[in-house]
Amino acid sequence: MTVTFMMDGKEVTAQDGQTLLDVARENGIDIPTICFHEATTANALCRICVVEVEGMRVLQPSCIVKAGANMKVQTRSEKVIRARKTILEMLASTMDLSDAPEILTMMDEYGASDERFPDAVRRESEVKDDNPMYIRDYSKCLLCWRCVQVCADDAQYTYAINFEGRGFETQIGTFFEKPIPETTCVMCGQCVGVCPTGALKPKREFLLEQGKTPAEISVMNTGRKQRKPR
Amino acid sequence: MIKPDRITTTTCPYCGVGCTLQLHVKDDFIYKVTSPFDAPVNQGNLCVKGRFGYDFVYHPKRVTTPLVRRYLLEGKPKPEGREQVYAVSVDGKPIPDSQVSNDWDWVETDWDTALNFVADNLVRIYQRDGSDAMAVYCCAKATNEDNYLLQKMYRALFRTNNVDHCTRLCHAGSVVALQQAVGSSAMSNTAGQVIMNDVFIVTGSNTSENHPIIALQMKEAVQKHGAKMIVVDPRRIDLVDMAEMWLPLKPGTNVPVFSAMAHVIVKENLVNWDFVKNRTENFDEFIESLEKFTPEYAEEISGVPAEDIRKSARMYAKAKNGAIYWGMGISQLSHGTASALALIHLAFLTGHVGRDGTGLNPLRGQNNVQGASDMGSMPFHYPGYMRVDNPENRAKWEKAWNIEEGGLSLKLGLTTTEILSNAHEGGIRALYIMGENPMMSEPNLNETRRHMTHLEFLVAQDIFINESGAFADVFLPATPFAEKDGTFSNTDRRVQRVRAAHKPRGQARPDWQIICDLALRIESRLGVSTSYWAYSNPEEILREMGSVNSDYAGITYERIDKVGLIYPVPTLDHPGTPTLFTESFPRGRGKFHPLDYVPVREEPDDEYPFILTTGRLLEHWHGGTMTRNSALNEIYPEARVEIHPADAEIHGIRNNDPVKVQSRRGEIVVRATVTEKTTVGVVFLPWHFHEAAANLLTNDALDPQAKIPEFKACAVQVFPARESDLPNPEVILDRGRY
Amino acid sequence: MSEIDLAPLKTAIAPYLSLGRSGLLPALHAAQKLYNWLPEEVASEIAKSLRIPLADVHGVIEFYSMFYNKPVGKKIIRVCTDQACALKNADGLLSHLCAHHGIQPHQTTDDLSLTIESSPCLGICEQAPVALVDDQAETNISPDFQQYELGVPRSIVDGTLRILTINCGNGPTRLKKYGEYAGLKKAKAMGRLDVIEEVKASGLIGRGGAAFPTGIKGEGAERAIGDQKYVVCNADESEPGTFKDRVLLNDDPHRVIEGMCITAYAVGATKGYIYIRGEYPYIVPVLENALTEAREAGYLGEHFDIEIRVGAGAYICGEETALFESIEGKRGFPRVKPPFPTTHGLFGEPTVINNVETLCNLPLIILEGAQGYRNYGTEKSPGPKLFCVSGDVAKPGLYEVSFGATMRELLDLAGGVADGKKLKAVLLGGAAGAFATAEHLDIKLTFEDLRAAGLPLGSGVVMVFDETRDMRDVLKRLGHFFAHESCGKCYPCQMGTQRQMEILDRVAEGRVIDGDFVRLQDVGWTMTDASICGLGQTAASAVLSAMKLWPELFEVKS
Repeated sequence: MTVTFMMDGKEVTAQDGQTLLDVARENGIDIPTICFHEATTANALCRICVVEVEGMRVLQPSCIVKAGANMKVQTRSEKVIRARKTILEMLASTMDLSDAPEILTMMDEYGASDERFPDAVRRESEVKDDNPMYIRDYSKCLLCWRCVQVCADDAQYTYAINFEGRGFETQIGTFFEKPIPETTCVMCGQCVGVCPTGALKPKREFLLEQGKTPAEISVMNTGRKQRKPR
Repeated sequence: MIKPDRITTTTCPYCGVGCTLQLHVKDDFIYKVTSPFDAPVNQGNLCVKGRFGYDFVYHPKRVTTPLVRRYLLEGKPKPEGREQVYAVSVDGKPIPDSQVSNDWDWVETDWDTALNFVADNLVRIYQRDGSDAMAVYCCAKATNEDNYLLQKMYRALFRTNNVDHCTRLCHAGSVVALQQAVGSSAMSNTAGQVIMNDVFIVTGSNTSENHPIIALQMKEAVQKHGAKMIVVDPRRIDLVDMAEMWLPLKPGTNVPVFSAMAHVIVKENLVNWDFVKNRTENFDEFIESLEKFTPEYAEEISGVPAEDIRKSARMYAKAKNGAIYWGMGISQLSHGTASALALIHLAFLTGHVGRDGTGLNPLRGQNNVQGASDMGSMPFHYPGYMRVDNPENRAKWEKAWNIEEGGLSLKLGLTTTEILSNAHEGGIRALYIMGENPMMSEPNLNETRRHMTHLEFLVAQDIFINESGAFADVFLPATPFAEKDGTFSNTDRRVQRVRAAHKPRGQARPDWQIICDLALRIESRLGVSTSYWAYSNPEEILREMGSVNSDYAGITYERIDKVGLIYPVPTLDHPGTPTLFTESFPRGRGKFHPLDYVPVREEPDDEYPFILTTGRLLEHWHGGTMTRNSALNEIYPEARVEIHPADAEIHGIRNNDPVKVQSRRGEIVVRATVTEKTTVGVVFLPWHFHEAAANLLTNDALDPQAKIPEFKACAVQVFPARESDLPNPEVILDRGRY
Repeated sequence: MSEIDLAPLKTAIAPYLSLGRSGLLPALHAAQKLYNWLPEEVASEIAKSLRIPLADVHGVIEFYSMFYNKPVGKKIIRVCTDQACALKNADGLLSHLCAHHGIQPHQTTDDLSLTIESSPCLGICEQAPVALVDDQAETNISPDFQQYELGVPRSIVDGTLRILTINCGNGPTRLKKYGEYAGLKKAKAMGRLDVIEEVKASGLIGRGGAAFPTGIKGEGAERAIGDQKYVVCNADESEPGTFKDRVLLNDDPHRVIEGMCITAYAVGATKGYIYIRGEYPYIVPVLENALTEAREAGYLGEHFDIEIRVGAGAYICGEETALFESIEGKRGFPRVKPPFPTTHGLFGEPTVINNVETLCNLPLIILEGAQGYRNYGTEKSPGPKLFCVSGDVAKPGLYEVSFGATMRELLDLAGGVADGKKLKAVLLGGAAGAFATAEHLDIKLTFEDLRAAGLPLGSGVVMVFDETRDMRDVLKRLGHFFAHESCGKCYPCQMGTQRQMEILDRVAEGRVIDGDFVRLQDVGWTMTDASICGLGQTAASAVLSAMKLWPELFEVKS
């Protein structure tokens, strides 16, 4: 089954069940995404991929809305652009985007300023360096949820992390903020693999960034006493 | 942000799953590993070893210069007392440094010197004592190309089939059973097909720790595809949380439990008669043997409630697609072959084999244990499972290797355990070990140590001096996965590329290059130059092997550049074979084998009341050559014995207490983990930790057919010990996952 | 820290073990009753008993503001500092209490005897100022804060009609007085499909705020295929200024239950939930008692039974899908729609979820017939309607009128603006609503007339501000309310409510900076256009309306 509809004034055809984002990508129409990831369940929460669908009261997230016959979709209407730009500006006022080049490029494209919200409270957090495998720097976390999802039913079924707080003060956390080794974490690093902003990072990459040399890094964590063969 | 100089796509060097890795390299240093989300095996998921466990490549203790013992370099006679190299006497007592001869010191040297010593000594012993004095351990961690060449060198130059590797210690029971019953020895279906199962049995496999990514797919099958999982395992492993049934059997009672399931399937007429009639043979004889295996009989032996056996049998038999996945809990027994046969019978009775989403699936342990076996790194087979005692097969390889007619040996070689137990005058004199670590992986290590000291000449080719390399006369520094090219064949029979991320550290060389160089030196000493050793790249090696082994005939590096191929791939345009036995079995009909219940060789008694079962941990790999030289060791630094709370209370043991675990063969001191993960009467130990090596305790009783040792059950006693008895008393880590 | 005795916990949570994850909120409530807060050992024991991942339990505790993972006082006083109470010196009450006990808001006394918090709307706006002292409402507070009453708040009910509120005003109505469930009896005689047809024909529109036709919902759920269907009563009445459901639930619980029974019968549901907000603890025994009576009378039983679930301080759980998540034992994150509850609701099954007042209309519709019901109200807004009138009026209270009454008529019923002052503004529909002014007084309070005027009916809030009121303070409280209550799931609302609050703080404090007007507008529009659920989509509604009415408030002071 296929459906035909209009996207940005152009007639497009979609397979049944395809999302507007799928269709846009197939037709070379660029819709930005942040929380969307091919390996995780789409939650439509960053709202950067919203589009305007005629007849709908509010903007629709293209990552989950299915293509329907006779839809009229605008991927870059005034409302859409305003929403994307404002969301990007709010992000830049909230968190450290320095490790998220894709989002920085997006900001340039939408003319979003990182100084739009002066005196804004930022989400800041100390780097959590509590295990030898990866670090967690939640001042770079934009709450895309991917790490929580892959730790749970999207991949690992380990459920070591969840949310703390709510609203603007939401942060990813462990049971009673315990260090990672004391949680059920198996350190598979699926979370690191899907983190879009460098909030989760392999320890060795972090150490290189801190200016440590490969030689210095290689002798770390090798001090554990072991009876060694001659 | 670090910008990588390059990102190298390769295959994980740890378990048999064969995950795709992308190594991010900066200044010849891997600082990050990712996996593409369209990777065919793992879809971007990795485990802690694959994602973080590559740092051993840069560990300061890695050896990157050829080493020889001082006595060789100084032209002295070999000193007595090889046990001195480990500073442990043959009785297991420490030897003070002052009593160790300086002649045993390692001295750094160049490749020419080292290889010449190796060639001189191997040829000397060969010419003196003949083929039967020569033996080699190939390596399930090394590439197909490395393994092919090493067995070729031994078969073609030393005319011996004393070629084996650790497959003997892991799935030999399964391999022999599958050979007997179907005529093949690999997984019949890919692991990824688990999501197509309605009902599947996981037995003797702690999949979450040993094949982590397959466990994810099993969980996905249950959570997202409505499959029902039956776990048959003495331990309450992680998968039990999602299982429909858990059958906690006493270790070593697989045959009665699975035969009772077969009994139920037959008695309740849940048999797939079409399949039995058309695809199998020897059914009648089998049925007779089944009569005594009532669920009640099985309950008495195994402790599994008869009703649960019935329920599980019905579930599996009635499934549209049923499958069985098993691990070493099936094979590592003195009746490992029979255990695996009992499972195979279930698939025969129900016809759950030969279709997508079904199958007989022994989960292979090592990254390339499948490939090393395929490459003929076994004493009975040439590459492609061609029996060495068959003159037709011999003729094929004589032709391929340019050897005179009748030149290759028809004599079956010795297995790993036999190679060492034959290490004495008149037996094995020279051993070449590539990558393996028998001093950790063999059962009854005190005995193994004694055998090691009896060797006349030992070559170790590895990346670290491990517990076995410590006994060597010459150490040849090879490269790990990240510094070489080649292929691995995973448990799915999927042949995938391995690629170097950067040049070898120091003077280290890829194994295949070391072997070629050495082979030429041996040839010149033997005065022959028949076989081909001048390979310019590993693909040439694989193609040579594929020209005789039709399973690999259609595989080229170009074809597997992006996605691996699942063999058999008989021609260059063949798409690969994810599901085997769709029409028939390699031996024609599947053969039922009447079975008897044979108890484990050493049952618990008053003196040794616990059954010890051993296994592996998520964070570590086998003998620990890689993982214990990695940050992985930081997150799981010590061996711990798991004991059930009820047993712990009786023996006055609390969590974290030091305890002595003692068997008739040895003893170790470790901390206790008091946990319901194990069952009453059963204690569990991982075998990765040399300072508390579980294999000091295990029983070296062998399965008569497969020659696999009984790692999974022996009798032990557990006593409270003192903190000061612990090898590393300062190490305590509060891990949530303990 | 001393070892915690977990034995009583095991007993207390035993009834919830069979519920699995869905038993989490009840178990946490039970545990908090025992230990006053939720220490790590307690949370861990609950997680293990209910087989829920530890981190998830932590996540849930962290989400709900009435669950505590740090020690709090034996007694907790929650002072409402929301709009209606603020008009009646709630800030004074809070500072008085704090000063008296020597602590700051959201602090606990050293002896762990008392915690004082400021709270979002407690739903007793007609008796402002109010507080919640543990499970009891503190009302009738004298201006010097020395006199007060503790217990269940009174019901102040009046109006031109007394149909829905016929039993309201004299405390809980027992089944004996309520009489048999005549509507349910008649419904069963009519047959399921006819009941749905009758409700459709009545034109009943949901009273919770989203204004969806009730009959259509029922029809959707009736047609949906599922193993089990659910009826959920949304009694998470949290919209600031709303208190109608409190009165209906407390005074006439059987009407609500009968409405649920009729719905269950019509759609074929076998299980119902009443999800009541945690701020109404005193109603829980009333409901329990009524459910027992209904079971004894055979209205509830194996064919259909109802369970009470108590929220724990999260406005978002009034959003229907967030409410489902909460019943399922999760953080109250709204789900993406579609799919809608009628096909994929509670536990993924077909579900009808209706507001308390909506359900109360059902017995009436069945008994009077659609035509009889339509004798009340207008063509497009049929039936009786409850309005929650609060703020600066002479007689704040719950007023029942026929749809079609104007705002002026309603204010007249409530005795007009208090103290003879002039009207400055009316907040219609609550925090998620919009401001009206004197020029709107003659608009009929119907769905259609208000829509035409660009105003929302919402949940029936009519909050009056007299000419002396500083609207900047009202806006500031709006900003804080939404920032506190945003669940944090979607970016527009998660960050937008924070940025909106910051700008409104500047407005209130006279620190407006260049560009704030446009900034506030962009944030508001972005939340309205792009948020995932009703909370975010309306979080700027009142603010944007204020910007139109009083742009001067947002100007930079030079």
